Amino acid sequence: MGDKVLQMKNIMKIYPNGVVAVEDVSFELEKGEIHALLGENGAGKSTLMKVLFGIESPEQGDIILNGNKVSIKSPLEAIKMGIGMVHQHFMLVPSLTVAENIVLGVEPKKSNLFIDEEKAFKLSKEIAETYNFDIDVTEKVETLPVGLKQKVEILKALYRGADILILDEPTAVLTPQETEELFVQLKKLKEKGHTIIFISHKLDEIKEICDRATIMRNGKSMGTYHVKDISTAEMSRLMVGRDVVLTFDKKPSELRETVLRVRNLTVTGTTGIKRVDDMSFDVKAGEIFGIAGVEGNGQGHLVEVLTGLSNKYTGEITVFDKEVKEYSIRELRDFGMSHIPEDRMTFGCAKNMNIMDNMFTNQYHKPEYSGKVLLKNKKIESRAKELIKEYLVKCKSYKQNVGMLSGGNIQKVVVAREFSTNPKIIIANQPTRGIDVGAAEFIRRRIIDFRDAGCAVILISADLNEVLELSDRLAVIYKGKFTGVFKDVKNLEEVKLGEYMLGIKRDDNLEGLLYEQ
Amino acid sequence: MNSNTKYNILRTVLSISIALLISFGIIFLTSKEPVKAIVQLLTGPLQSQRRFGNVIEAMIPLIFTGTGVSIMFAANEINLAGEGAFHLGGLVATYFALNTALPAGLSPLATILVAGLFGMIVTAIPAILKIKTESDVLVSSLMMNYLILYFSNYVLSNILRDPKAGAVVSFAVPSVTQFSPIISGTRIHVGLFIAIAVAILGYIFMYKTKIGYELRITGENRDFARYSGINVVKITLISQLLGGFIFGIGGGVELLGMYNRFTWTSLLGYGWDAIIITTLAKKNPIYVPFAAFFLAYLRTGASIMSRSTDVVTEIVIITQGIIILLVVAEQFLSKYRHKLVAKEAKAELMEREGE
Repeated sequence: MGDKVLQMKNIMKIYPNGVVAVEDVSFELEKGEIHALLGENGAGKSTLMKVLFGIESPEQGDIILNGNKVSIKSPLEAIKMGIGMVHQHFMLVPSLTVAENIVLGVEPKKSNLFIDEEKAFKLSKEIAETYNFDIDVTEKVETLPVGLKQKVEILKALYRGADILILDEPTAVLTPQETEELFVQLKKLKEKGHTIIFISHKLDEIKEICDRATIMRNGKSMGTYHVKDISTAEMSRLMVGRDVVLTFDKKPSELRETVLRVRNLTVTGTTGIKRVDDMSFDVKAGEIFGIAGVEGNGQGHLVEVLTGLSNKYTGEITVFDKEVKEYSIRELRDFGMSHIPEDRMTFGCAKNMNIMDNMFTNQYHKPEYSGKVLLKNKKIESRAKELIKEYLVKCKSYKQNVGMLSGGNIQKVVVAREFSTNPKIIIANQPTRGIDVGAAEFIRRRIIDFRDAGCAVILISADLNEVLELSDRLAVIYKGKFTGVFKDVKNLEEVKLGEYMLGIKRDDNLEGLLYEQ
Repeated sequence: MNSNTKYNILRTVLSISIALLISFGIIFLTSKEPVKAIVQLLTGPLQSQRRFGNVIEAMIPLIFTGTGVSIMFAANEINLAGEGAFHLGGLVATYFALNTALPAGLSPLATILVAGLFGMIVTAIPAILKIKTESDVLVSSLMMNYLILYFSNYVLSNILRDPKAGAVVSFAVPSVTQFSPIISGTRIHVGLFIAIAVAILGYIFMYKTKIGYELRITGENRDFARYSGINVVKITLISQLLGGFIFGIGGGVELLGMYNRFTWTSLLGYGWDAIIITTLAKKNPIYVPFAAFFLAYLRTGASIMSRSTDVVTEIVIITQGIIILLVVAEQFLSKYRHKLVAKEAKAELMEREGE
């Protein structure tokens, strides 16, 4: 240790939408260390690494690799210089085998024309063995669990000769068990002389495996520290600029009448698989019903049928004693339903329209905002200004296009729209995904306010912290069924929840916890 | 003015300038009297009242079609049946005018409204086919135009044809139904006011009414519109009907104002022109008259140029093509845009630090 393998000096990056993602950041890497890049979502960690990997070109700043000033214009150049990156969303071809994925783009060839499959298998196997990765290289990637897919990504980078390995939030998609395994591998890589950049916002993980940490906040560096010299509390203070409120002071819930009733709900996907499998539950006014689960276990299908986006279901869903199937989305919304969609860019906004236009799509038809034919543009305008203030949307004016805002601010526009109708039932699917901590806290606080005011809330989230903090009752979904339901949410442990999420554990006789007979 | 508006204006102006420069280059390469040709192209329309009148006359149908297509395209539906709707509008106007005897004043009004209704049917057919059978609107609307053309030719030669006329033309439309010129020395007719009113009403529809709001959301993001509770099928259909109605009226107005007999035996190309107009006007009807004026001016100039020099009118087709290519090319000037944005963001940073 001690050799500086990489220096990034005074890097600045501005995105086409005018967001200053990285502002004058310097960053250093010593050989053979695991260096954490720590910061909330939107702090600029990923952008800084994209600059290093040649995906984004910076407005200013120098990169010095092994003592030489370099300019990295594309990922291909970065790879040639010995930099590898494992993205948060895997860049793998699902229908190809592990070996084919590992050699993709740099395949061994027979007579310069055909891919030498045997050699590809042999080379992949060798590299997997060298680094002690227990993986069958002949298997197709689509059949692998997430943890193994990540290993394939790491092997891919190593095969291309990566000395510096960038891991972008590698544990975000992993179960606690898989995370432990990953850490063992990373330590081995470190012993072999690789340098690792570990992007994360999970403090305990950083404490566990990192040597040093550079903390970023709001596009700026808050300094680099030896992990053993800095406390978790200090790190979190630097990261968010204040002591994180880890628990909300929440009044006990006051349950009222049943608002949503689901019985024997089954949703069959296009491939014939039951995405939601014979599900029954009630949600009452005044409670937050949390649904935790690894993504893709039926949450999306459940939300689609609950909100009226799809009516392809069997069983019964009633909202205020009305069968959802028989009403249009407009009618359901007018009954008092609000929906925060999982994918805000697809369902939550029109990015080429301005903030004001995006805020009234669910209520412009109400007498406050329109007559028979014409919109009451003045009222809409003044209400838009109020909402922007109330929801702290950072923007130049209400006329700015939504696509120009940062993710957190777009989400605030979505939430402002959905909450400004005084909903009686809120279906929130990943309401704070990918947004900064301030915005997330604001949205969570609002959800609790609505619940206190007697609103029924269904909260679907992959963020365990979030469901644990907010839910009055928490159900775990796995392959379209509930595997566990908990009333004493406060005292649940994440690890225990992980077992239910992976289907390792499954409680019987949940009926009593899900609905009243 | 924010950087986005600045950028859009610069892009349009630059696109037009580049296109003109290239056209001038071609004129210099091919003409024996290039300077005269360019002067005629640029200033020809201003040299007499009659010529400027030609510009305004040519602009009238372009305003109708530009507005109609702006409303149809706003639903993100590439319906090209406007061409057919315009054509049928002209035919129906002729038929209606020849077969009714309404008093002056009411007659032209009723005639263009009926033309509008038939135009509506033309653009509605591809839209309904899509709703019922998921057929591609682009293809079915293009085919629709040929159907209309040959149907119209049939009606012209078998029903409306004036046997005493030398060419295949209809009987003359009664003079009470025709639009007479409003400025002497030109053929500018009342249609101009109708056209401008249509553009303004189109703007009000798109930006001030509930349906217009629903339409813009539907066009920008269909999933979002549906999620918000908007009936996207209904809205799309309304926009196609309204667009066809405007095209039909346009066809009727053009016939009553500029022709006294129905003479159209091939498609006139107004459907295509409309796409150029709406591209320049960024789908906003309020800009349509300006874009229409520009195109009409350019074409009138070209026709004057070809009459007085050895350069052919087709040169402006090249100019048009280049303008459209550059205006729709997303990446054109994107580096400049990034610089603008970066500059603005940096200035904002400085400001914040100053606080």
